[in-house]
Amino acid sequence: MATPSELGGRIGRALGNAAARANIARAMYGLQKKRLLAFPDAAELERLRDAGEAIKRRAIARLPELLETLQANCARNGIQVHWAETAADANRIVLDILRQHGARDLIKGKSMVSEEMGLNGELSAAGIEPVESDLGEFIIQVGGEGPSHIIAPAVHKSRFEVAALFREHFPDMAHGDEIEALCGSARSILRRRFFAADAGLSGANFLVAETGTIVLVENEGNGRLSTTAPGVHIAVAGIEKVVERMADVPPLLRLLTRSATGQPVTTYVNFVSGPRKADEKDGPHEVHLVLLDNGRSRLYADPELRESLRCIRCGACMNHCPVYVRLGGHAYGTVYPGPIGTVLEPARVGLDRLGELTEASTLCGACSEVCPVRIPLPSLIHRLRHDAVRCDGAGVAGNGARRSKVEALVWRAWAFVHARPAWYRLWTATATRLRVLAPRRIAGWSDARETPRPAARSLHALTRERGYDHE
Amino acid sequence: MSDARARILGRLRAAAPATTPTVVPTPSLSPAAIPANHADLLQSFRERLEAVRAEVHVSDAEGWPALVQRLARERGVARLLFGADGPLADALRRQFADDGPPALVPYADPIEAWKEELFYGIDAGITSSLGGIADTGSVILWPGPAEPRLLSLVPPVHFVIVEAEQLHASLADALAAQRWAEGMPTNALLISGPSKSADIEQTIAYGVHGPKAFVVIVVN
Repeated sequence: MATPSELGGRIGRALGNAAARANIARAMYGLQKKRLLAFPDAAELERLRDAGEAIKRRAIARLPELLETLQANCARNGIQVHWAETAADANRIVLDILRQHGARDLIKGKSMVSEEMGLNGELSAAGIEPVESDLGEFIIQVGGEGPSHIIAPAVHKSRFEVAALFREHFPDMAHGDEIEALCGSARSILRRRFFAADAGLSGANFLVAETGTIVLVENEGNGRLSTTAPGVHIAVAGIEKVVERMADVPPLLRLLTRSATGQPVTTYVNFVSGPRKADEKDGPHEVHLVLLDNGRSRLYADPELRESLRCIRCGACMNHCPVYVRLGGHAYGTVYPGPIGTVLEPARVGLDRLGELTEASTLCGACSEVCPVRIPLPSLIHRLRHDAVRCDGAGVAGNGARRSKVEALVWRAWAFVHARPAWYRLWTATATRLRVLAPRRIAGWSDARETPRPAARSLHALTRERGYDHE
Repeated sequence: MSDARARILGRLRAAAPATTPTVVPTPSLSPAAIPANHADLLQSFRERLEAVRAEVHVSDAEGWPALVQRLARERGVARLLFGADGPLADALRRQFADDGPPALVPYADPIEAWKEELFYGIDAGITSSLGGIADTGSVILWPGPAEPRLLSLVPPVHFVIVEAEQLHASLADALAAQRWAEGMPTNALLISGPSKSADIEQTIAYGVHGPKAFVVIVVN
């Protein structure tokens, strides 16, 4: 996956793409403002965050028990629950269901877990056509790209790029440059697909253990269509999505939509609690829920990283991240970008492969300040950086992969000198006197920054001169 | 895949803290922003909906069928879909008995029998509701045999009747009052305006996959 040069190369390309950077920055500043306006009362926001954190903490603390309750209640409602340890297992389960029904295509509502599974590629390889129906996902599917944001996957594209893409791929239709006209194009292209689709797939925003309910949040109606019009509905969800009670949904929903896009609520909140009953005239005949682990139980085993399982995927951390805002999601090279991706992806894949990603953060703390469930993202990123250089074998997979003997030696010498006043005085005296010998360039550092140089006088010397006498 | 289930739950159980996890209480939320009385509920409900380009009309128990007919005619609706056994059926049939558009079309058969007509031959659908939510401008629907799911989704215009007495301050209030936790229908919905997307340039555009127009008639 990401060797240092790969991540560096992607960052270089992202920084060099002025058009995409402008699109992303404009959208992110807009989302920051919308969120701010959606929470006019700071005290109320903090109470709401208290509630969100408490609800998710309670759910995560009782995760195995709640998953069993969820399965029992889903089964009672007629929802078939499947368990997948890995993405490959989840793909196999979805493919088996589709093959049983002879499905030729699968219409998809937006699902980041399906991205995590790499489902579209697996389906295509098996001769089943995946059809993304969320406008943003549709745009990037047509463009052959991955999402650059977890809730706004085509945020890097302007309306003109979208119009050009539609003209290239759907030449028999007229496509205006106006956004409403482009929505109209997508509506008429996808309406045929909704009409004819053999099966539909969705993610899940919340799974309610108490009632056996899948809660789906969306604005376009594509999520409802994908889960209602075809004969089969398959929902894919991470195991951390379960909440205990229906009463837990309102505060989380309030936090989710307001943190994500500043909306008081999305156009549709869809509660699916079972397939079509005998006397019903529509709705899927089968509803399947695929519960995906894919490394989550390993995060669960780590008391610190477990906190990341509270995530409700609102995207606020990336909207407010100075690194994400300047790069966009593609530079990360992972399914989940931004601060939450910087925690989840290296922890899941291993620091030997994605350790460098933990450095794509300034640790400024904006992410944890806006996180609706108070995940301490900078602390977790810092923890992973430590795991990446530790030599005791503890920590997540691939620990110690980024340890450099030279760097370790430098820090040991630094610690030695700074703990011994005589050595420290000798060191500062030497550094200030021999400052002309300091290197003018430091590889990798001075390319984009000024090289630090020792001052002519040390701070100790200057303060003594001014009469400060601490000792 | 029951092996997978056992292994996943086994890993989670092995990782869970040895002591029983303390149940973290959920702090109660202040009801400060919640409107206090009937008129305030209606006003908030209306403002929220109008802010997302929904149409809101206030009518009464006798007047709403005529209002629906007039609004449908103004929109040029030729075929209006309704739930044949739904709570609105009798009133609609009485109102639409005279000549002239729109023609009432009952959602009488399973979708498989007439999917093409539903997708391409219906101009609008009308449903009842289980009330509304004032602080978000949401309408609560429990689709079922009488008023199926696609009735409020596939036609380009959705008319919905909301009883003013069934307005709740918040979703939390509505869930508690309607006892959702005690038994859910196969599908329950909150609808808060016409279909929309901000996926291009984070600019809101209306009418993507769901109804392009959402017309709420409050019966007061």
